[in-house]
Amino acid sequence: MSEVLNAPASPSRAGPKQRLSVVDCDIHPAFKSGADLYPFLSERWRKHWATFGHHLRQGLSSTLAHPRMSPGVARADAWPPNGGPPGSDLAFMREHHLDANGIEHGILMALRPGGCDERNLEFGAALCAATNDWQIEAWVKPEPRLHAAITVPQEDSQAAVREIERCAGRPGFVQVNVAPRTDEPLGRRRYWPIYEAAAAAGLPIGLHIAGVPGHPSTGAGWPSFYFQEHHANAQCLQAVVTSLVLEGVLERIPALKVVIIEAGFTWVPSLCWRLDKHWERMRDEVPHVKRKPSEYVRERFWYTTQPIEEPERPEDLNAMIDWLGWDRLMFSTDYPHWDFDDPRYAFRAPLTEQQKAMIFRDNARALYGFA
Amino acid sequence: MSRHVVAATAEVPPGGSKLVNVKGRDIAVFNVGGEFFALLNRCPHEGASLCHGRIVSLAEADEPGRYRLSRRGELLRCPWHGWEFDIRTGQSYCDPQNTWVRRYAASVEPGETLAKGPYVAETFQVTVEQDYVVLEL
Repeated sequence: MSEVLNAPASPSRAGPKQRLSVVDCDIHPAFKSGADLYPFLSERWRKHWATFGHHLRQGLSSTLAHPRMSPGVARADAWPPNGGPPGSDLAFMREHHLDANGIEHGILMALRPGGCDERNLEFGAALCAATNDWQIEAWVKPEPRLHAAITVPQEDSQAAVREIERCAGRPGFVQVNVAPRTDEPLGRRRYWPIYEAAAAAGLPIGLHIAGVPGHPSTGAGWPSFYFQEHHANAQCLQAVVTSLVLEGVLERIPALKVVIIEAGFTWVPSLCWRLDKHWERMRDEVPHVKRKPSEYVRERFWYTTQPIEEPERPEDLNAMIDWLGWDRLMFSTDYPHWDFDDPRYAFRAPLTEQQKAMIFRDNARALYGFA
Repeated sequence: MSRHVVAATAEVPPGGSKLVNVKGRDIAVFNVGGEFFALLNRCPHEGASLCHGRIVSLAEADEPGRYRLSRRGELLRCPWHGWEFDIRTGQSYCDPQNTWVRRYAASVEPGETLAKGPYVAETFQVTVEQDYVVLEL
């Protein structure tokens, strides 16, 4: 009771306790407006966009299917002070995220309008190419910590292969992104050229839900609530993993590596237990699947962490990671989206220093070839 | 335990907040209809800066499409995952037993009392004409 101290307002956030540098495998850059993409589109497609707009699949076609948890799907504190939507201002992203959270490398997930869900296939290919060029010019060149993923028009595999070949040699691209909820399950033959091209380029395939492709987000049909849709990412990726394994994609393309982004990972052991059990009994139906499904999964899949599962007993999470392999999990934040994970607090159960280093940094460094 | 003058009451209007730093701790000070409350500026879930959250009402619904709002301006919604906290108690609305924000005692005192001492205001100018928010920690 003896003193009254000055207490100035402190605008800065407390410095991160997490001193380990971090590779963030899921950062969303946004356009200030569609005009950001115009310099990367030909006159023909600029006119098309201005006249017809992009993807006309549903009423109110420029909206998402369900109202989101927060405006802009974003953290309330991620709106840049100079205007524009969250994720659209590189200087603010540096200050608010890359510097504040010790991000040494970040991988961009450019979601909209990527062209992946475009019914007009040629326009989709043009949008993908423009999105890829924009990522390099607007983000990767000015900020070397950031890296791009090649967005492809996945329903036109020839065009997708051309786009991979156009981009793969250029610095800055570290992954090929395919949006699940495709016209057919992703193991089907029509998509194999994409995997072959990615494997030939030495790039992993990244699977992150994107676009509004017209299919129900759950296998049980259209959900009522955003709550259900958010959760459905995990269900969708279970079907995708099953398709990739049972169609023999992983057997046929040994160099293919797959990263499952923002879809959870604790479901992977139970899925594999089921697949292995049935493989023992039913594998005559799929003789091209030569090994236990779990063997392909353990060898060829990686997972990003956000949104992290939060079991009542935090140590249960570590038991699931024991099954997956500690070398398979790569930290991600999903910045600037509302369900962001903070590197300081995402993991509740204690991790060893080695486990921390692997999840937050080394696994991604190894997969993407970062120094 | 010591007492800290952190703001003139006029600086934090009803419905407003101010972020202050006392003993190295970021603390968010709120004015709820003329009463002042202070919470640690760190969400217990994943550490978000709570002073960036929106001040909201208690929303209750008995069925989809029908809802009512009460306790206007008394709840704080975390800017990230939307956890809602009672500004008066720091308790989480959906998990009040296990999840709460650290709360600090806040009071309003006239500058006259403070200026006389035994308090010493180091660089914070305390004048007798105003009222001040005082935190105890």
